[in-house]
Amino acid sequence: MILTKAQYDEIAQCLVSVPPTRQSLRKLKQRFPSQSQATLLSIFSQEYQKHIKRTHAKHHTSEAIENYYQRYLNGVVKNGAAPVLLELANEVDYAPSLMARIILERFLQEHEETPPSKSVINSMLRDPSQIPDGVLANQVYQCIVNDCCYGPLVDCIKHAIGHEHEVLLRDLLLEKNLSFLDEDQLRAKGYDKTPDFILQVPVVMLCPLAVEGHIIHWIESKASFGDECSHHAYLHDQFWSYWNRFGPGLVIYWYGFIQELDCNRERGILLKACFPTDIVTLCHSTA
Amino acid sequence: MAAVLESLLREEVSVAAAVRWIARSTQSSEDSPGEAAVLNSLRPLRKEFVPFLLNFLREQSSRVLPQGPPTPAKAPGASAALPGRPGGPPRGGRGPRSQLFPATETPSTAAEAPLTRRGGRRRGLGPARERGGRAPGVPEEGVVGDSLSWAGGRRLRGSGSPSSPSLTLSDPPNLSNLEEFPPVGSVPPGPAGRTKPSRRINPTPVSEERSLSKPKICFTSPPISCVPSSQPSTLDTSPWGLGLPPGCRSLQEEREMLRKERSKQLQQSPTPACPTPELGSSLPSRTGSLTAEPADPSRVSSPQRLELVALVYSSCIAENLVPNLFLELFFVLQLLTARRMVAAKNSDLELSQGALDSLESPLFQSIHDCVFFAVQVLERQFQVLSSLDKGTLKLLAENERLLCFSPALQGRLRAAYEGSVAKVSLAMPPSAQAVSFQPETDNRANFSSDRAFHTFKKQRDVFYEVLREWEDRHEEPGWDFEKGLGSRIRAMMGQLSAACSHSHFVRLFQKQLLQMCQSPGGTGGTVLGEAPDVLSMLGADKLGRLRRLQERLLAPQSSGGPCPPPTFPGCQGFFRDFILSASSFQFNQHLMDSLSLKIRELNGLALPQHEPGDEDGESDVDWQGERRQFAVVLLSLRLLAKFLGFVAFLPYRGPEPPPTRELQDSILALRSQVPPVLDVRALLQQGLRARRAVLTVPWLVEFLSFADHIVPLLDYYRSIFTLLLHVHRSLVLSQDNEGEMCFLNKLLLLAVLGWLFQIPTVPEDLFFLEECQVDAFEVDIAASEHGLDSVPVVDQQLLYTCCPYIGELRKLLASWVSGSSGRSGGFVRKITPTTTTGLGAQPPQTSQGLQAQLAQAFFHNQPPSLRRTVEFVAERIGSNCVKHIKATLVADLVRQAESLLQEHRVTQGQEGGDPAQLLEILCSQLCPHGTQALTQGREFCQRKSPGAVRALLPEETPAAVLSSAENIAVGLATDKACAWLSANITALIRREVKAAVSRTLRAQGPEPAARGERRGCSRACEHHAPLPSHLISEIKDVLSLAAGPRDPDEGVSPEHLEQLLGQLGQTLRCRQFLCPPAEQHLAKCSVELASLLVADQIPVLGPPPQHRLERGQARRLLHMLLSLWKDDFQGPVPLQLLLSPRNVGLLADTRPREWDLLLFLLRELVEKGLMGRMEIEACLGSLHKAQWPGDFSEELATLFNLFLAEPHMPEPQRRACELVQPNRGTVLAQS
Repeated sequence: MILTKAQYDEIAQCLVSVPPTRQSLRKLKQRFPSQSQATLLSIFSQEYQKHIKRTHAKHHTSEAIENYYQRYLNGVVKNGAAPVLLELANEVDYAPSLMARIILERFLQEHEETPPSKSVINSMLRDPSQIPDGVLANQVYQCIVNDCCYGPLVDCIKHAIGHEHEVLLRDLLLEKNLSFLDEDQLRAKGYDKTPDFILQVPVVMLCPLAVEGHIIHWIESKASFGDECSHHAYLHDQFWSYWNRFGPGLVIYWYGFIQELDCNRERGILLKACFPTDIVTLCHSTA
Repeated sequence: MAAVLESLLREEVSVAAAVRWIARSTQSSEDSPGEAAVLNSLRPLRKEFVPFLLNFLREQSSRVLPQGPPTPAKAPGASAALPGRPGGPPRGGRGPRSQLFPATETPSTAAEAPLTRRGGRRRGLGPARERGGRAPGVPEEGVVGDSLSWAGGRRLRGSGSPSSPSLTLSDPPNLSNLEEFPPVGSVPPGPAGRTKPSRRINPTPVSEERSLSKPKICFTSPPISCVPSSQPSTLDTSPWGLGLPPGCRSLQEEREMLRKERSKQLQQSPTPACPTPELGSSLPSRTGSLTAEPADPSRVSSPQRLELVALVYSSCIAENLVPNLFLELFFVLQLLTARRMVAAKNSDLELSQGALDSLESPLFQSIHDCVFFAVQVLERQFQVLSSLDKGTLKLLAENERLLCFSPALQGRLRAAYEGSVAKVSLAMPPSAQAVSFQPETDNRANFSSDRAFHTFKKQRDVFYEVLREWEDRHEEPGWDFEKGLGSRIRAMMGQLSAACSHSHFVRLFQKQLLQMCQSPGGTGGTVLGEAPDVLSMLGADKLGRLRRLQERLLAPQSSGGPCPPPTFPGCQGFFRDFILSASSFQFNQHLMDSLSLKIRELNGLALPQHEPGDEDGESDVDWQGERRQFAVVLLSLRLLAKFLGFVAFLPYRGPEPPPTRELQDSILALRSQVPPVLDVRALLQQGLRARRAVLTVPWLVEFLSFADHIVPLLDYYRSIFTLLLHVHRSLVLSQDNEGEMCFLNKLLLLAVLGWLFQIPTVPEDLFFLEECQVDAFEVDIAASEHGLDSVPVVDQQLLYTCCPYIGELRKLLASWVSGSSGRSGGFVRKITPTTTTGLGAQPPQTSQGLQAQLAQAFFHNQPPSLRRTVEFVAERIGSNCVKHIKATLVADLVRQAESLLQEHRVTQGQEGGDPAQLLEILCSQLCPHGTQALTQGREFCQRKSPGAVRALLPEETPAAVLSSAENIAVGLATDKACAWLSANITALIRREVKAAVSRTLRAQGPEPAARGERRGCSRACEHHAPLPSHLISEIKDVLSLAAGPRDPDEGVSPEHLEQLLGQLGQTLRCRQFLCPPAEQHLAKCSVELASLLVADQIPVLGPPPQHRLERGQARRLLHMLLSLWKDDFQGPVPLQLLLSPRNVGLLADTRPREWDLLLFLLRELVEKGLMGRMEIEACLGSLHKAQWPGDFSEELATLFNLFLAEPHMPEPQRRACELVQPNRGTVLAQS
């Protein structure tokens, strides 16, 4: 699961301009059978998000929005049951869920007296039944269930994955008899930055090739693949902040990471793709 | 002056009498009448004797100290072509002093201009001048008379013989007139500008050879640079580059030249400088040519004379009449290790042979003389030498010249070496550690607003980001702190708006400073002597290789010789540059406040006093700790004081003193109005009184070392310098009386004070000038008989850490061994050693009253560890007591508040009223209970303290002592806890209740279902259920298949659906990995799945006729869903979505439409109590509002009627089927 930069680039290369549908994912799995599905999905999702971030602006010009809306209207007039919105999104290379949001927003602007609030739109995307127009509701729903990178369902899946891995990590810590403070406890105490776990007694993680171990004060669980972009963002927003307050620590990228990114070991930020096995505690060592 | 020396040489006066005469102005009864007569006649000259002697020795040795081979490159011409070499002799016909002090200057001018630093004079007048103007009772004629007598006397005697060699070689006015040869002078501002070396007691350039020598450099301290330059640039070309015509050479050539010059410089001078690779590689071949002239005791030219001068000189050193002990030792070791003498003209040598007993002949006529003199002095300084570190001792003991000239001294040194345990080592410290986040001081409660809290959060991160970048990059060539980080730092400082944020940031800054730089940036790293055993194994000839290896391994950095200027080595550079780049007035002010406070706190720390006579093992363990604690406190204080001095004097510091007297006077008038940033004088006086000079003086020296030119002229600081001079003089090493200061303590103070006196901004005359005032000054130090001073708190490690320049002695000796005089100045480790020990003991509780006095008295005769233990226990128990009250009493009150709130809501209804009002009501009921806190707190301290004291004190502690200690601990802990509680308990209860109220109100918000008690999985559960994320993802796939578009071969099998629902059940029952949002989505997805089942919209895998789910399968799946909804979901399930227009609309697309599954589902929902009839009816009713195709509306209406027609029966299932099916069949058949 730990990929070299070259391996990662090879995968990322295959993901250029691939729509975020379940069909694309299936093909990707066939193309890289040796990689785990979760890793592939995580990479795909991150690459796609990068792509969307780059192109986001051009889909949000008023001309583009008007153009999409007209095409949508023309499409549904012809056949309301056809996947008009989904095909439009794929055609212009934009995420279906986000396209649905654009059209919904535009639709509501036209049909409501006041411009729709963000929370109203979010709520309608979560539950398309609330959308006053039945055809649009179906179109939006179709976009959301077919989008594997964006949308409320995907967000929920990501959140659930993150939560599950935190629980997993907590169990492992309990199993190893390592006492810790979790995020909620830290927040209750008023910490301004809260890693998933702070070890109340630090441990040393031994590395197979290094003579010295690495001290670990905190552990952050990341249920995603650690690519350059996300890792640097995490470093800046989280990992260094943890270091600044609690000293060296461990990041677990459960879906792997780019090997070359594990370059801050000496500085005190260690990357792993699983819970470390060689841990030495203050009083005794466990294999 | 010379007259004095000559009287000595002629044995008219004994050395002892002379030294007594120098040291004390009054005549001693020990002096013989003859001596007294001679000395009395010379009385006016008394104070000038020492500077004269020092300069005399320097001058005499000038032909020896230019070390290194006289390579062609070092010919005078070549050197002269490079004007502006730092410290180099000035060009031009006249020496600097001839410019400074024209021969025509009269005493009256001097008298008119005391203290002036006129434009042309810069560092100004020699002591003689100033003394002439200032010191009362010193006749002005004395100045003239002195120089005249010296010159005149010489001329008279010299009439027979042409002259001394030095005289012939020199510019006559330089030597013949003391006016032109002031004992302490300075180099005029050279072209190199700010790189001007400070004044030192300098040998006058008296000969052509002088231009080769670099003794000036080795005695000088480069000036303080206040420009933020993170490191000495190896390409600093200014001193040499100026000599090159611009544009005539390529940069590369220029660099090459510079490099050559640099290595020449290194070869000829012992001045530490940056070693270059060329130097290292050329070393082995060069060693051959550097073989020193052998020194032979039998060839010493005038042993008696040399011995006498050595005796006088040593006595001056012993009496602390010289400003800097270690500088003199360095000088003596230079003489010892002199390689060869620069050849004087033969005629001069011959001429000088006749006058051995006078000063007219050179004192050092050969290497033999130098070595003889050096050994003579060293013999008398054995006590100091034996206290040096083991590495230095070894080098001294192995010095063959020393062995040759004084086997006895060598033997003593060897014995000292063998007995020495003073290994000075540098531990490799960990890289920077961040200051840890402490909720007590750092959480939201410590900030005025959320915004301030979050701003500070960001600032902390920016600060460390900047620090990390500095760590990574500051050694890269061309990297510049200001360019790289300046704007970021200023942007960050700009966000610190509130005063409270400033104090937070300053606390972080100061803590980080202490954490990273507690010991000075590795300047103690004297690599050569560090591992003497390794060196001896390798042999001297391997040294070059070792050195090169070290050069590769360690970042070279020039060290400033035995008197380096104040610097910010290692990490300290970061903090210095940060302050400069931030250039924030508010930050500096807060920093000074914080540094001052911390200095006061540490300076007042009750450091334990060692009881003599208690030397068993147990107390030794204690003792180690005490010594370590002292070292930590001292190093912290020095660091803080250094930064305080730096920041405090920053606005005033410039490279030059004020140019005119008028300007200086006005500045003085202005500055004397400004109160000192910290009352250091009071602290010094307190320190002296309490006999804690060993703690106070070293940090005060750090503070003063950053003073600007004006500071020493201000009355306030002048009095401090006077005090320090007095302290310096009083530290006579040979006196070792009972209750006196310990030897190494003294040595530390002598070293730091000596260093201070060499700082460029400290007026050079200060040392020699203040004498008479010193005599008049007496500090009352009898107040406390046992102070820190008499406790051996200083060891060699601390001495060398505080005064890394003492290591120059070792480097000098090591370079002798390695056969290279072009030594590198010193390798400075990149990472500074830091001690990680905390500061341990807290300042004592200062409670008033008789009891407190008694307690103090009780501790007085107990081991210091007892007091520390008691104070520690009291401090901790007191603190724990507060936490205990929070966890018990306050927590109970919070629970009461919560139940009161519930009651209130029951009586007042959901809308319960204004939360603020509610809070007031609750607080008014609960806060009175806070009074219990004091009682409970007292009980807690009473209960906990004695056990802790008992556990921490040794078992043999007498019962009475133990119980007293326990009682005191209880008392102190109670005081501490109750003081806090009585002041804060009400506010604390209020805060906690407020938090609880808002928590409760929030929890009772819009999501009532989320509140309920959640069931976990059973104990036996092994958590093997599928993960929620996996299930959502699977269900999503089914939903997307159903929603389309899909490929023809895509679909799901009924078995898969069944399996999926089975897994969903497992997951919902396990709950280990389930979080509320996931459950919500699962619930919603399951409802949608049900709708798809009802509408028969799920594409089933298989051949075309079977593309639809069998009715029975669908019913089974719906049953599974119903049971999941009923039994397994703990959160709300949005069942009403089943009847949303969108989901019902799915039915509209199917042909033929089948309603039975929907009706079945609705019945089951009602039956299982999942939905009420009314609710369903409302949903069905609202369905009519939607726009449907005509026939669909009709069918819907029929369904509605059917559902309404169903009786409310206990077993409606069968009946409903019977009733519905035929009718529905006809409806569907028709459609």
